[in-house]
Amino acid sequence: MSCILETQGLCKAFGAVTAAKDVNVRIRPGEVVGVIGSNGAGKTTFINMVTGYLKPSSGQVLFNGQSIIGRTPRAITRLGMARSFQVAQLFPQLSVMDNLLIAVAAAQNPFPSLLAPMRTAARVALADAMLAQFDIARWRDTQVTAVPQGVRKLIDIAMALIGEPQMLLLDEPTSGVSAEEKTALMDTVMRVVAERRVTVLFVEHDMDVVRRYVSRILAFYSGEVLADGVPEQVLANPRVQEFVTGSQKVHQRVAL
Amino acid sequence: MRLNRTELILLGVALLLAAGGLIAPQWLVFLLTMALAKSMVVQGVVMQMRAGLVTFGQGLYFCVGGYAVGMSGHFLDISDLALLLVIGVGAAVLLAMLLGLLMTRYREIFFAMLSLAFSMILYGVLVKSSALGSTDGFNVKAWSLFGWSPAQGQAPLALFIIIVGVCAVLAVLLHRYSRSSAGMMCEAIRENEVRVEYLGQSPRWVLYMNYVAAAAVSALGGGFMALSAGHIDPEMAYWITSGEFVFIALLGGTAHVAAPFIAAIVFAVVRTYAIELVPHSWQMILGFTLLAIIVFLPKGLWSLFTGQARRAKA
Repeated sequence: MSCILETQGLCKAFGAVTAAKDVNVRIRPGEVVGVIGSNGAGKTTFINMVTGYLKPSSGQVLFNGQSIIGRTPRAITRLGMARSFQVAQLFPQLSVMDNLLIAVAAAQNPFPSLLAPMRTAARVALADAMLAQFDIARWRDTQVTAVPQGVRKLIDIAMALIGEPQMLLLDEPTSGVSAEEKTALMDTVMRVVAERRVTVLFVEHDMDVVRRYVSRILAFYSGEVLADGVPEQVLANPRVQEFVTGSQKVHQRVAL
Repeated sequence: MRLNRTELILLGVALLLAAGGLIAPQWLVFLLTMALAKSMVVQGVVMQMRAGLVTFGQGLYFCVGGYAVGMSGHFLDISDLALLLVIGVGAAVLLAMLLGLLMTRYREIFFAMLSLAFSMILYGVLVKSSALGSTDGFNVKAWSLFGWSPAQGQAPLALFIIIVGVCAVLAVLLHRYSRSSAGMMCEAIRENEVRVEYLGQSPRWVLYMNYVAAAAVSALGGGFMALSAGHIDPEMAYWITSGEFVFIALLGGTAHVAAPFIAAIVFAVVRTYAIELVPHSWQMILGFTLLAIIVFLPKGLWSLFTGQARRAKA
């Protein structure tokens, strides 16, 4: 089966620190892949390289078979790969609706119009439909700074999806969200991406969240892919337990 | 072109202002003409403020517009007001298209200082140009419009009516621009440039367009200033002149296209009376005015209107 995203020998060094070392990953269309790893394992660096925010020191990134190395984030977004952020990247002084309208206008035209109004009936309808899909329509006219963290995360993801990408990269979609809200948030996100048949790759620390939604796990450690496979297999891997999930240490401590 | 309520109000106010010019004393007509010319430059400053950029060098385009108008009359013997203004705006647009390539790479204080640097370079060049009158500058020739020349003593009133008309059209266009995709994208860039990039837009391209448009608007103000005052000098590009535009922009606020026009008129009146009252320390009165605005109306004079509208709604 062809890959939607493939990385070949991806490396990134920040001076003496190696953040990514020979990362080879193949993601097939329709997969929901979880990326796990302790802090500093290279997860966000991987996402930043794939989405054009960071230029790899060496290696190749292919999106639908096309090299995207050296392309700007906006060019990669326009090719069909969108992302959300660990800290929701919104326009805080604007309303939720204006945030989405800007996303719609940006997706529709790379060269914004100088005089035609941004707020058209068609764009408002599109934004409203997206708000309804994410169950956040009641926040429509609220300024972003006044909405809860979980809703901000959903707005961030809704804005990424408005351009109808083929692939969505979520960087810790549940970070900063309370434990009780996590499942509801991820249920909503996964429902919407499933309806849109978007391939998803998401970074997550919460293993319950990972187990619940992914079909495959990439475990990172020290900039390398430690394990790649179905969740049961990866999470049972002793090296993953030792270096990523830490469950082996817990078992050892319990045994002692 | 269908006009909305705000645009109709803007045109109505312009009509009243033009009619008022017919009965106003000549000194007031002159003062308002100068204020409106400056307000156009302030519009350029505000356009960039909405994108999160503060320019301390908008005097550059004010000066380019003024000198292009003056030089076209002086060296090319062109007297048609419309053509002179087109030349002034064209010169500024060409320069902005060139400088914009560099300017849009910078943000915050670096943008502010670079804009200041370019305006001071022009100031330095003009001061050293004896052919252009060095520090004294030179007089601008009398204007005509499509073959019509105003009668003796009628030119200030005619120019006032023309500038009010131009300001009205400009206000409508800028009002539309502020609500357009490009205008909103400027606000989005001010709020979060990274997000704009990840929505598939080029922040640099948006800022470039905005920079060139702001230069054009400012040059129009410079052209009118040259025609109105009948004289141009390098002071137009001096940093104090640019600082004055930022002062007026802060005085009015960035919330509405009408704010710079109101602020420029208020500024001209306050300054005129301050000079009358305390000829040697009028700057102190302006300083206290700005201090009061920042403390009591941090969003500028326009917040007086929005506050009233909010109270009326409640």
